[in-house]
Amino acid sequence: MFYREAGQFKTSYDADSQIFPIRQDRIGVALMLAVAFVVVPLVATPYVFSAILIPFLIFALAALGLNILTGYAGQISLGTAAFMAVGAFASYNFVLRIPGIPLLVAFVLGGLCAAAVGILFGLPSLRIRGFYLAASTLATQFFVVWCLTKIPWLTNNSSSGVITAQKLEMFGYAFESPASKYLLVLCIVLVLALAAKNMVRCSIGRSWMAIRDMDVAAEVIGFRPMRTKLTAFAISSFYCGVAGALYAYAYLGTVEPEAYNLDLSFRILFMVMIGGMGSILGSFLGAAFIILLPIFLSQFAHGFGLPNSIASNLEAMVFGALIIFFLIVEPHGLARLWQIGKEKLRLWPFPH
Amino acid sequence: MQFFLEVLLGGLLSGVMYALVALGYVLIFKASGVFNYAQGAMVFFAALTCVGFSEMGMSLWLAAPLTMLVMVALALATERIVLRPLVNQNEITLFMATIGLTFFIEGLAQLVWGSQVHPLELGIEDVPLQWMLDRTGIAVSQFDLIAALICAILVAALAVLFSKTKIGRALRAVADDHQAAQAVGIPLQYIWAVVWTVAGFVALVAGLLWGSRNGVQFALTFVALKALPVLILGGFTSVPGAIVGGLIIGASEKLAEVYLGPMVGGGIEGWFPYVLALGFLLVRPEGLFGEKIIRRV
Amino acid sequence: MIGNGITKWLTGVAVGVAVATSALAQDQYIPILSYRVGPYAAGGSGFFGGSIDYFNLINATGGINGVKISWEECETEYNASRGVECYERLKKNNGGASLVEPLSTGIAYGILDRVAQDKIAMTTLGYGRSDAANGQVFPWVFPLITSYWNQAAGMIKYLGEKAGGMDKLKGKKIVQIYHDSAYGKEPFPVFEAYAKQLGFEYIKIAVPHPGNEQQSQWLQIRQANPDYVILWGWGVMNPTSLKAAARVGYPREKILGVWWAGSEEDVIPAGDAAKGYTSMTFNTPGNYPVLDQIRQKVYAAKKGNLEDMSRVGSVYHMRGVTAAILWVEAIRKAQEKYGKGKLMSAAQIRWGFENLNVDEARQKALGAFGMFPTVKTSCQDHEGSGAVKVQLWDGKAWKAVTPNWVVGDKAMTRAMLEKSSAEYAAEKKITAGCMAG
Repeated sequence: MFYREAGQFKTSYDADSQIFPIRQDRIGVALMLAVAFVVVPLVATPYVFSAILIPFLIFALAALGLNILTGYAGQISLGTAAFMAVGAFASYNFVLRIPGIPLLVAFVLGGLCAAAVGILFGLPSLRIRGFYLAASTLATQFFVVWCLTKIPWLTNNSSSGVITAQKLEMFGYAFESPASKYLLVLCIVLVLALAAKNMVRCSIGRSWMAIRDMDVAAEVIGFRPMRTKLTAFAISSFYCGVAGALYAYAYLGTVEPEAYNLDLSFRILFMVMIGGMGSILGSFLGAAFIILLPIFLSQFAHGFGLPNSIASNLEAMVFGALIIFFLIVEPHGLARLWQIGKEKLRLWPFPH
Repeated sequence: MQFFLEVLLGGLLSGVMYALVALGYVLIFKASGVFNYAQGAMVFFAALTCVGFSEMGMSLWLAAPLTMLVMVALALATERIVLRPLVNQNEITLFMATIGLTFFIEGLAQLVWGSQVHPLELGIEDVPLQWMLDRTGIAVSQFDLIAALICAILVAALAVLFSKTKIGRALRAVADDHQAAQAVGIPLQYIWAVVWTVAGFVALVAGLLWGSRNGVQFALTFVALKALPVLILGGFTSVPGAIVGGLIIGASEKLAEVYLGPMVGGGIEGWFPYVLALGFLLVRPEGLFGEKIIRRV
Repeated sequence: MIGNGITKWLTGVAVGVAVATSALAQDQYIPILSYRVGPYAAGGSGFFGGSIDYFNLINATGGINGVKISWEECETEYNASRGVECYERLKKNNGGASLVEPLSTGIAYGILDRVAQDKIAMTTLGYGRSDAANGQVFPWVFPLITSYWNQAAGMIKYLGEKAGGMDKLKGKKIVQIYHDSAYGKEPFPVFEAYAKQLGFEYIKIAVPHPGNEQQSQWLQIRQANPDYVILWGWGVMNPTSLKAAARVGYPREKILGVWWAGSEEDVIPAGDAAKGYTSMTFNTPGNYPVLDQIRQKVYAAKKGNLEDMSRVGSVYHMRGVTAAILWVEAIRKAQEKYGKGKLMSAAQIRWGFENLNVDEARQKALGAFGMFPTVKTSCQDHEGSGAVKVQLWDGKAWKAVTPNWVVGDKAMTRAMLEKSSAEYAAEKKITAGCMAG
């Protein structure tokens, strides 16, 4: 009843091609932004900011990056954490070696470095497909982390290869409190998410999807597979690189290359798969699921007063079982559930 | 020269150990198109269960068959609870489901048997073969030789199973096309249960051999990382491919580590096999022995 | 009706939690960031089990001058981001955390800046940044007992003594086989400096994570045929190394492990291949009155944290007990200054850590004489000891090899840590200085 687009007539091309064509969606998005920018900073505790919201946003950004590559362009990658590492260590070096460089510029440059590495390691995708590609992207993962451990210049000759992210300062303001860090990360993620939303709606996004659905057919009707796949790798890696830089600067502070290990790559892949492949919203839902569920489970399990070793193992089992459960209920991820909900809402309360 | 031979031989034998793990992936992928992420966890689970039984006072000859029963139960449960509801879903979904299964199995293993590490003695001494050391100065572990032998028997048996038996033909039919196989009356569920059982058996063998090498502990799940390059090099769908891939990966990664490693700071074994496999894939995108996929519009 | 039941039950739980929290508010609260699942669960359960056992012992014997200890546990899975979440979740509970110990390099780095901001002391017992021993730059971090650098110096000292004098190391060949990560690279500067000073050849051989396959590394070692091998490993890499050494026939007696390669979990999986292997430790293996008390007063009362009582006194358990003793001693020290029998704030406990003095008399009183080196900290020295011991695995148990504590060239490591921490301070724009009590 409330969610119905009947009566909303588009009278111009601009109106027809706007990013949220349905009025209710616009209101919903505006409300969500208001909540994110105004209500959350007012009510959230420092714990919620620094332990849940900031990592949630950072992981959502990385998942968004991977979703561009995997969900939209159809190339599975297990090297996400490597691109994040490139972003983080490159940003660190830019700040370190170019005095006075604005941090935001360093993040962008870090992202661009990740994009360059992404293009390089994306080249095999022109020839290799599916799980073969997925397994070979592990080369990226191990090689990048190895490089960061081996080349002392990259870590400012620190004896152990650990870097300490510089202070988070922008426009003369030091982002120190959890709330201010949250707002900074939120702004960056929001801008990039909007950009991604637009990208997948325009020609480049359509070419990705064409390649994903059937690359031979796409090639026949005139999409250039090389350009399409490599732009997907580049843009995806850029997103991951920025996320990696934020992970170091706004979340962990001091990082070793090992922080960007295979586990992290897998976690982000889980987010994309659980959230929904080929959905911007899905990246956020997936990140929330993967981050919040273990926290919830651990609080729940320990609430029963079980011995810790049992509670921790049960936690892992329930986590696994829930993943399977969600896949059986809805193989296309949480975003699809949301879509189904919207369809239902559209007809409610008169479904016939 | 002698050192070179030693490295080469050691590498080839290690490669066989990788191939052993890779076999489990191949079996399941071949017969159901599922990339079974949980294979590493199954190796761990099988080894831990077997050690758990034998620490309850059973001999290995009793513990191993009992573990096999557990693995059969696990295979049946997996088929019933995870795979059956996901019939005809795309491969990514099935892959994801096996990831969920991984968490479940890892949690279950440590819940039941605890998080302690265990030694495992198979009664095969892991020392250099003395007569070979005396005559040629080359150190080759007798454990590795026996492991290679076991692996060879396993592969031969699997090859026979796939090519000569009725079940094998059914397996290959299912692999080609789920729906067509069902249409001609092959019971999909039965076939899947069989495949997962066989994969469970392979996991048990791999778990025992690797477990006696590294100790039975959670890190056994990491052997999967060694098996993946073997898998993509040899092809996801080929049993002999796993062996050949294992030999190539094993030998070349050792040679690279020994001869290239020192030039670049060492520790290249982590990524070298993947880069090597990638190189092969650029020439043959379906691996050395994988089935060629023909794509039509 | 069912709904009613659930509501009742939930209220019950809520009330229970509320009661528990209010009861805990008068206790000295310590968050436990443990890991009991995953690849390192065996070590994690031993260490944190040991700490909790000691807490239970303290509580059973009247607390710290009457103040009881309470704790809350959170599973980190040895994962940096989950560890940070755990830290953030637990730090404010029950009136605020007294101190924190993640027993994980990644998590320690992740909360390094946070503990300084939250003003909670973090101990990193036997791991983490070596230069954090400089309390003027890292006022909130305490790498108690011995850092990696002093351990490395102790290793060389021991090897020198074994060779019959430090000058005898000249011309010798020492291989360090290491876990290829920040952790494995930590001791490089110390070994390099020693190699230059004493004139031995120092060869580094990397093992990529996780290290479950080391054929090529050990063939390289066999070919180099070094006089000693230093095993700087972690997790599954350690037993694999010992097995691989046996495979190539390298004598285990010449292998000296770092202390993370020196627990039962590291040698038992290797079976007979581990016999004769030596490793560093900061605990003297053996039995101590304090362990007996834990058995009698904690385990007999069915409050023991380990499922298997025979693990009491194992290496990881003893490390956990040692950590807990030092924490409790720091709290005790703080009480001496700020009021006996009172609840200490985290900042007061930090002062306690900085003025810790666990000498032999104190160890005797605690029933832990000789269990760990004497610890005396100051603002300049957050490490407090720098001594190590060497232990030998005889196939069944660890036995101490060196009767006395081994101390390396502390002047050298001190100079290195001064330099390194100064660099850190410059990079982070910290002005070094002691914190007032």
